[in-house]
Amino acid sequence: MSLKFRGVDFIGFDALLTDDELLVRDTSRKFIEDNLIPIIEECNRAGRFPRELVKPMADLGFFGASLKGYGCAGMSNVEYGLVMQEMERGDSGVRSFVSVQSALVMYPIYAFGSDEQKQTWLPALQSGEKLGCFGLTEPDFGSNPGGMRTRARKVGKEYVLNGEKMWITSGSIANVAVIWAKVEDEDNKIRGFLVETDRPGFKAEDIHGKWSLRASVTSGLSMQDVHIPESNLLPKSGGLKSPLMCLNQARYGIAWGALGAAMSCYDCALQYSILRKQFHDKPIASHQLVQEKLTWMINEITKAQLLVLQVGRLKDKDKAGAQHISMAKRNNVWMALECARKSRDILGANGVADEYPLMRHMMNLESVKTYEGTHDIHTLIIGQSVTGIDAF
Amino acid sequence: MKILVCMKQVPQKDAPLKLNESGTWIREDVSYEVNEPDAYALEEALRQKEKHGGEVVVITSGPARSQQVLREALAKGADRAIHLEDNAFVGLDALNTARAFAAAVKEEQFDLIFTGLQSDDYGYAQTGVVLAELLGWPHATIIMHIEKNDAGIRVKRELEAGFFQFVDMPLPAVLTIQSGINKLRYATLIGIKQAKNKPLRKVAMADVQSALSTNLQKIERLYVPQKTKQTQFLEGPAAEIAKKLVDKLRNEVRVL
Ligand SMILES: Cc1cc2nc3c(=O)[nH]c(=O)nc-3n(C[C@H](O)[C@H](O)[C@H](O)COP(=O)(O)OP(=O)(O)OC[C@H]3O[C@@H](n4cnc5c(N)ncnc54)[C@H](O)[C@@H]3O)c2cc1C
Ligand SMILES: Cc1cc2nc3c(=O)[nH]c(=O)nc-3n(C[C@H](O)[C@H](O)[C@H](O)COP(=O)(O)OP(=O)(O)OC[C@H]3O[C@@H](n4cnc5c(N)ncnc54)[C@H](O)[C@@H]3O)c2cc1C
Repeated sequence: MSLKFRGVDFIGFDALLTDDELLVRDTSRKFIEDNLIPIIEECNRAGRFPRELVKPMADLGFFGASLKGYGCAGMSNVEYGLVMQEMERGDSGVRSFVSVQSALVMYPIYAFGSDEQKQTWLPALQSGEKLGCFGLTEPDFGSNPGGMRTRARKVGKEYVLNGEKMWITSGSIANVAVIWAKVEDEDNKIRGFLVETDRPGFKAEDIHGKWSLRASVTSGLSMQDVHIPESNLLPKSGGLKSPLMCLNQARYGIAWGALGAAMSCYDCALQYSILRKQFHDKPIASHQLVQEKLTWMINEITKAQLLVLQVGRLKDKDKAGAQHISMAKRNNVWMALECARKSRDILGANGVADEYPLMRHMMNLESVKTYEGTHDIHTLIIGQSVTGIDAF
Repeated sequence: MKILVCMKQVPQKDAPLKLNESGTWIREDVSYEVNEPDAYALEEALRQKEKHGGEVVVITSGPARSQQVLREALAKGADRAIHLEDNAFVGLDALNTARAFAAAVKEEQFDLIFTGLQSDDYGYAQTGVVLAELLGWPHATIIMHIEKNDAGIRVKRELEAGFFQFVDMPLPAVLTIQSGINKLRYATLIGIKQAKNKPLRKVAMADVQSALSTNLQKIERLYVPQKTKQTQFLEGPAAEIAKKLVDKLRNEVRVL
């Protein structure tokens, strides 16, 4: 029995959105309902990325949706967020793919790239003709990327790259990798490089046995004396702050995305609890303990909506700080994971089967909680912001 | 070809409906969407324009909220929109709605006017047909396919029991479009942005009032059907139950 998603709006939240924002959300919702929902459980079971959706998603303008020019739609941050919400209502893995393509590949090229790099890559990435990945994390450096070992050495008119990257979304399907490396002749300053993945010495191997984001590709990258022309350096990148700016874009989208996953779980559990009867031929929704769970969920979802909308409005005015985005990411992913657990519980045994999306969302959200700054790292970012004391 | 598409905003198909206080219509606090056959009519108009060139204009009547239907149509590729904006348009019958549309577009010259086959709320299936009559144009209903030719158009109509009818018609004409005749497109994100800059003309009730009369058709009362189904368990030995059952089937249900 599959339950059709009906949307979630407890306090008339939609009245806070403009007509355009509603249209963006409804269009994205319909697209996901028609194209992703029917295939996602199969993809998740098989550990398959639904590549067939790349072109249709590109045609709708999902890649780089908040950038201007180069075929991009120039969405506001709230509109972009609503797209992310609908994507992740479908699946966190597919949303991750779109986040990486948009916020972690197109955005750095847009923000730090030369005109030539923008002309070469942005239209091709927007149209889905080329795919990208973002290589920051290494086997020994996750939360603390500043310690990275990947090095770039200038030799004549080229850079030579050496190092390993780990847990890289879309690594083996990407045409271009945005690689962050320390430049030896620049005092080990961290800079970004565009590395075409067919260059000699570049290898990508998928990570198998993943119990999360199974519909997205995650790979390890290795670079052994990979030569790239000096024009592949992202000229305006400089220091750890550059990749962190990209992460801020992506984290913001994740905060909306997690909301979508939470809505999917809540709506499923709500519908199920009204249909499912247990004890005295009464729906389980009539039991106090079940109502407590439903109330907890709608309460947290509603707060999360207001939080991320305000951060989005701030971002549209260029006033969102990293600490604001951290709060939205930290809160929303946490509450989404709790919603997945509670709604799984409400479905009893049915909750563990992939006829329903709950277990998939729950497993996906474990990655979402870890990547783009773990929950605890965001605690420290907020802590630093309010105390002025660095506790990392 | 210059095509006008009449589009209506209706309550969402699976929205839970509540009756208004006077029991004459539903309460307004539901979610709305584009009437389904109208979405296909728009898609067909956009496809005809892509093939033959021209312009697609969309029109709706209703309160401010119904503008969403026009915005979506503009985002999908319609060139401009006309909004007859007033709450009072909601309760008009098909005759008066058609009169209002005819009055609002009297300065325009369309080759074709599309409506959906019927609306998902009232289900009159009349507005398009009456509009044709008011304009003095030919019309055809339940259209499955449209082919332009030198003389005008050839259309395929759906009849009952799997039969179809082909009709050759001159232009201009009014067609009422059946759901499912094409595959609907999505509004693209860039289309949604561009829609902001497309012209949207507003027409007030006062502008068309003189063309209208009092409704000929009116909803007196709307109610939720009473559940009358009851299950009775007959008890006792089998022979006795059988006797009771026959008695009920003969005298209460009267099927024997
Ligand atoms: C499916 C998936 C996809 C990913 N995709 C990408 C990608 O595309 N590109 C990319 O670059 N990376 C990607 N990552 C990597 C991700 O960003 C890292 O996993 C994340 O930054 C955490 O690093 P780590 O796994 O090394 O954990 P660690 O840094 O080892 O952290 C382990 C634990 O220690 C805690 N911890 C660490 N430091 C502190 C401290 N100072 N105080 C308190 N607690 C601390 C953390 O909160 C965490 O609980 C992906 C990860 C996953 C799971
Ligand atoms: C992997 C697996 C293996 C299993 N193996 C076996 C087996 O070998 N043999 C066997 O007989 N069964 C087996 N089960 C079934 C298991 O015992 C049931 O799933 C369990 O009893 C819960 O029943 P349910 O799934 O029908 O959930 P439901 O009874 O429908 O419960 C759904 C939700 O409603 C809540 N709820 C129900 N009633 C109330 C109430 N009165 N007040 C408050 N809350 C209420 C529950 O706590 C739960 O959150 C297995 C289940 C799984 C998942």
